[in-house]
Amino acid sequence: MTQVSEQATPRPTRRSPERLYTHRIARWIDGRLGAAKFARTALNKVFPDNWSFMLGELALYSFVVLVLTGIYLTFFFDASSNRVVYTGSYAPLRGVEMTEAFRSALELSFDVRAGLVMRQIHHWAALLFLAAITVHLARVFFTGAFRRPREINWIIGCTLLPLAMFNGLFGYSLLDDQLSGTGLRIVYGITISIPLVGTWAASLLFGGEFPGPDIIQRLYVIHILLIPALIAVLIALHLAILVRHKHTQFPGPGRREDNVVGERFWPTYAFKALGLFFLTSGVLALLGGVFQINPIWVYGPFDPAEVSTASQPDWYMGWLDGALRIMPGWEIRAFGFEIPNPFFPGVLLAGVTFALLYAWPFLEERVTGDHAEHHILDRPRQRPVRTALGAATLSFYVICFFGAAADVLASTFGLSVNAILWTFRILVLAVPPIVAAVTYRLCKELSARDGLPIASQVTIREIPRRLLRGRAAET
Amino acid sequence: MTDAHGTDESRPVATQPPPRADDELTRRGARAERAAAVSFLLAMAAAIALTVVYWEGGQPQAEGILLAVVLGGIGVGIVLWAKHFMPTEDVAEDRHPMESSEEDIAAFTADFQAGGSTLQRRRVLVATAGGACAALGVALLFPIRSLGPRPGRGFKQTAYKGGDIRVVDENGTPVQPRDLPVDGFVTVWPDGHTDDADASTLLIHFRSDQDFRPEAGREDWTVDDIVAYSKLCTHVGCPVGLYQAELGLLLCPCHQSTFDVMRHAKPIFGPAARSLPQLPLALDGDGFIIATGDFSGPVGPGFWDRGR
Repeated sequence: MTQVSEQATPRPTRRSPERLYTHRIARWIDGRLGAAKFARTALNKVFPDNWSFMLGELALYSFVVLVLTGIYLTFFFDASSNRVVYTGSYAPLRGVEMTEAFRSALELSFDVRAGLVMRQIHHWAALLFLAAITVHLARVFFTGAFRRPREINWIIGCTLLPLAMFNGLFGYSLLDDQLSGTGLRIVYGITISIPLVGTWAASLLFGGEFPGPDIIQRLYVIHILLIPALIAVLIALHLAILVRHKHTQFPGPGRREDNVVGERFWPTYAFKALGLFFLTSGVLALLGGVFQINPIWVYGPFDPAEVSTASQPDWYMGWLDGALRIMPGWEIRAFGFEIPNPFFPGVLLAGVTFALLYAWPFLEERVTGDHAEHHILDRPRQRPVRTALGAATLSFYVICFFGAAADVLASTFGLSVNAILWTFRILVLAVPPIVAAVTYRLCKELSARDGLPIASQVTIREIPRRLLRGRAAET
Repeated sequence: MTDAHGTDESRPVATQPPPRADDELTRRGARAERAAAVSFLLAMAAAIALTVVYWEGGQPQAEGILLAVVLGGIGVGIVLWAKHFMPTEDVAEDRHPMESSEEDIAAFTADFQAGGSTLQRRRVLVATAGGACAALGVALLFPIRSLGPRPGRGFKQTAYKGGDIRVVDENGTPVQPRDLPVDGFVTVWPDGHTDDADASTLLIHFRSDQDFRPEAGREDWTVDDIVAYSKLCTHVGCPVGLYQAELGLLLCPCHQSTFDVMRHAKPIFGPAARSLPQLPLALDGDGFIIATGDFSGPVGPGFWDRGR
């Protein structure tokens, strides 16, 4: 550790603090709000340090980048289904009929300076946003950070995930290219599969039968106003509750359930967070500048009668697309009514997934009978059952995700797509129980080797010092 | 170590290694300061270069890389600054249970009930006000209906309805059997409806040595070994665009549903559970292919009351 504290050698100020403009502005504000005491508490707020606590921050910074780049894109994008003939600078598509939405996306990419880089940063930021949310969710799950008093924040987080997924899907569907048009058609097919209300829901959302005259304008309003506003409000709530609770911490010397040990917000944590924001945006800028993403001019404008092979959605929708492929050709029909096939993987599976996510803290509390507050995090190996179930569930979705690549795998390796899909059908049922069993054994053995106590009432203070992570363990 | 029941002020806790010799600290400090300053300068230079690139007409890769250097330079500088020149000692802050004390809850309950007792005395007002708000809520739901038409017959019929309509290709040209080579296929629409997404149809010219067995009642639905099916997959409605002529199979590229063209396009693999609807074909007086009626069933993905 090589820290030199600035406080040790304070530099002499040239002017007395009372004469500084910042000081006078601060006094003016305080004279109207009386904020000094509150602000001081905020400065001294303590944040525990662990690499895994950065994941939520990554999601937050991706969202900031999404909003900033997104605002720029709205100045050029025209969400209209009107048909026009392209006359812009991308020669291969000149003279082709397309919607105004696709044309303005081409113009944004080829004829607006800094347009393409902004569009690509926006798309990469969406991928990172979803990735950060997903890994953050896994971190919170496997360390038991959802337990009392944080159930409300768990529910807010679980709501942010599908909101982010829908907004990503709707965002790339706006451009009306061949790939996203195919995606919207699948959205339509899943929507009308819902028993009783499906045809009404699809008709109201799309403004009629597919492709629907109004869908682009509607998705645009949903994508740039409705969902982002919801996400922003929920993020604000998420953070306000985090501040109220004070952050969880991993076990360590001096760390107890009734305290929080870490760096003060001001200045160290604030600077580290600001630095991480700049680094995150820097990486996104590099990705957006150098790595091509969603080249809509290659896909061409949407034609409802055409479809390209190897149509895959963005990564976070992959599990759903894979589940649609893996599902055998079953549906339920009786008395002239039916529950169509896509309902099961497209609506039921997604519904059960999120219902289980929402319910998990309450299920676990019921099973363990542990109603106490928890601010010290578990190591995953201390909770073999939770960790095993979590790992098994993850493996299920990972297999679904790869199932979405069945056609690509078939053509890449020269195999029969039927054989590959059959393999996935077996894997998706067989692997999760195996993963659960292996994870359970692994947790038991790891914690036995470490001498960790396993029990629902484990007292964290008993953990030997040598096992503790991070800087604290080096003492 | 800290006192668990002290004030809310945060205090240092002894989790830090002892400080090193002063001169080494100074040397490292100087090096870190230099590195951070260089980072900031690099960011500044890249920002200037970025404006130049933009001014000169822009170039996406250069813009991305330079922007990354600007942001990354600022980020690295700030992180070095925080790591080397800011206090890193751990401090402890007390945490209190979230639950309010019993006195606070009792006091709140008393105040709430004192104010809320009018609610109990004015039952009629509570009931009517609640009813009015509920009625408002229901009334406000109705404008949602404006968003789209009632899902009526449109889901179950196409522009082929009524029959005796020529099929045309994407340019609006009518099709004769000799336009379609053996093993070939073409996408067609009812004449005048080439924009109808639900009416896109596949004409397939199978080989006469293939074992084509029409479903009962559809023996005269083909013309010169040409059979017509809806192009919309019965799974989620993707266009079934891949024809494996050798095997007589149609494959949907979206989710790999496979349909047997020789057996009324029944699904033989993948998630689709229903055959592709078939279109009855005939020839008109000029030798062009016409549809004599609508598809054998609703096209595209299934829905709740498809069979009613």
